[in-house]
Amino acid sequence: MSDPIIELQDTKLHYKIGNAVSAMMGLSTTVKAVDGVSFSLHKGESVGLLGESGCGKTSMGRILVRLEEITGGSARFEGDEIGDLKGTDLQRFRSRSQMIFQNPFDAVNPRYSIRKTLEEPLANAKISRSTWHQRVIDALDLVGLGDPEQFLERYPHQLSGGQLQRVVMARALILEPDFVVADEPVSMLDVSVRAGVLNVFRDVRDRLGLTAIYISHDLALVRYVCERTIVMYLGKIMEDGPTEDIVHDPLHPYSQALVAAVPTPHVDQSHDPLPIGGSAPDPRNPPSGCVFRDRCPMAQLRCADEVPQPRRIGTRLVACHFVSV
Amino acid sequence: MDAPLLSVKDVSIAYKVGALDIVAVSNARFDVPQGSIVGLVGESGCGKTTMARALTRVIADNARIAAGQMQFAGQDIVSLSEKDMNSLRWRDIAFIPQSAMNSLDPVYRVEYQIVEVLRDRGGMSKSTARKRAVELFEMVGIDPGRLRDFPHQFSGGMRQRAAIALALALEPKLVVADEPVTALDVIIQRQILDQLRSLQRELGLSVIMVTHDISVVAYICDRTVVMYAGKVVEDCDTATLLNEPLHPYAMGLKNAFPDLHSAGTGILTPIAGSPPDLANPPHGCRFAARCPFATDQCRVEEPALTEDAPGHFVACHRAAEAVALREEAKQPGTWGTAA
Repeated sequence: MSDPIIELQDTKLHYKIGNAVSAMMGLSTTVKAVDGVSFSLHKGESVGLLGESGCGKTSMGRILVRLEEITGGSARFEGDEIGDLKGTDLQRFRSRSQMIFQNPFDAVNPRYSIRKTLEEPLANAKISRSTWHQRVIDALDLVGLGDPEQFLERYPHQLSGGQLQRVVMARALILEPDFVVADEPVSMLDVSVRAGVLNVFRDVRDRLGLTAIYISHDLALVRYVCERTIVMYLGKIMEDGPTEDIVHDPLHPYSQALVAAVPTPHVDQSHDPLPIGGSAPDPRNPPSGCVFRDRCPMAQLRCADEVPQPRRIGTRLVACHFVSV
Repeated sequence: MDAPLLSVKDVSIAYKVGALDIVAVSNARFDVPQGSIVGLVGESGCGKTTMARALTRVIADNARIAAGQMQFAGQDIVSLSEKDMNSLRWRDIAFIPQSAMNSLDPVYRVEYQIVEVLRDRGGMSKSTARKRAVELFEMVGIDPGRLRDFPHQFSGGMRQRAAIALALALEPKLVVADEPVTALDVIIQRQILDQLRSLQRELGLSVIMVTHDISVVAYICDRTVVMYAGKVVEDCDTATLLNEPLHPYAMGLKNAFPDLHSAGTGILTPIAGSPPDLANPPHGCRFAARCPFATDQCRVEEPALTEDAPGHFVACHRAAEAVALREEAKQPGTWGTAA
């Protein structure tokens, strides 16, 4: 196999919270948004990052496009440490790795026309001005906004959510990146237009041979776009493997809960009762040992003492002491 | 059969925007049977939230109920005096908003807010109200020790549970929930839905659930009312809607939804186009411009909501051909490409 395009080794992103006063009172503390995550991505691979709010999936995505700097471990893009990139290398990286944001209405400047929205990255990357018009048209065409000329002078509020999310996608793609992070790109959209945006995402990725990370809490959506899924909980990876295997036979107790919780559009199916209760604990104060243990139906004494390391089980990596084939 | 708890008859609701009258809900008609959960589904701007809010008569200043009746337990909500309406709210009809953060006042402890409703609306003494607040928290699965917390100390799921507790405080007959789980993670979503359903069974509640999510409807709703561009286009029991829809819009929605339990991932098919501008609604069927089965008749003559089979209402000129159309609707090519 070729060298990985993305390589994470024990990557950490810890936020310090609190101020000088709370520090004196001993209240200042650390939130481990990403805590020792390792995985790699090969060219053309699509991986879903799956988990509940606060599990670190968005922080993970932001690290990979260098919107956050890691506080420990290593995060490499084509062998180079992302945090060490400077000057022209950094600029090159910025145009090769892009992010598609969750809420299209927040992701664009309402006072920029669609043309200006799409020209901005070209200007930032110092692309020759004579090519701008054609590239803008091509990018709009690529994301399925047929008859692109009619969109150029429009403003974001004149577009529907689905159209605007395509513009956000076009902006991410206009510099022809190799790697894209999509952060819940359809969660703000109506069901009837979601499918269109997801189809465009799949189609463009395949056509351009993009490497992609798709962040979501909905396994049904991840399954539609990614052949591989990484399940995260409180900053750590619980399970990593082929999406179809996780959907049909989740191994980690947390993956099992996520699969059981996904609602489906059928009435007469017997729903498994949810295997877990409660909600994720306060990230300032995670449980010792396995972070999932206080909600886990399988937890035993060992789980409080010993952090489970990812183990290879068949096609998957699973971080649990008790899972076996 | 018992009389329905709520019967909405030909209700129209208009917003005044500048010189324009925009009719957000137009001749809506549906029933909520005693003790059932009814889904109100449709995309943004279809009028589902306006309709739901009108049931408590808490609507925007520039909105008015222009026509129709809403018969609730023998009285018409539309014609009630503000004073009578006020005594109906909380006690008989309660509302759960989409964002519970907006329904809880950030500067008061949660306990105070619940106790205030119980004393003001339920006429309880302070000590009775406090006891009831503990009961309510236990009922919705929050540790009553958290009653003294402020709303910001709650997680999203807990806030939504607290909003449900608040809605159930005075044992209403009808709870109107506006996308109560949309903003939540799948696991919390499922917990809240399970909670709502068990409360509905225990207390004999009726619930109107506003949502755009078909899988939420499939999971919890007995009946479903589909709205499109201000109109009710289909109204039937949920299983029938999902298995044998009569309206092409309902057929299209199903194609657009990912299904974790399907054998493969298949292809999701969007419904091309977007809903019409309600300031200038089209003649004929409002879905015609996006409907792959539209005929000339559909473009000029608006279909009326009729009872196709007992308890199954639909507004489509081609409802009689639904069996054949459903087959055609399953072909991705039928729906064209989306813009």
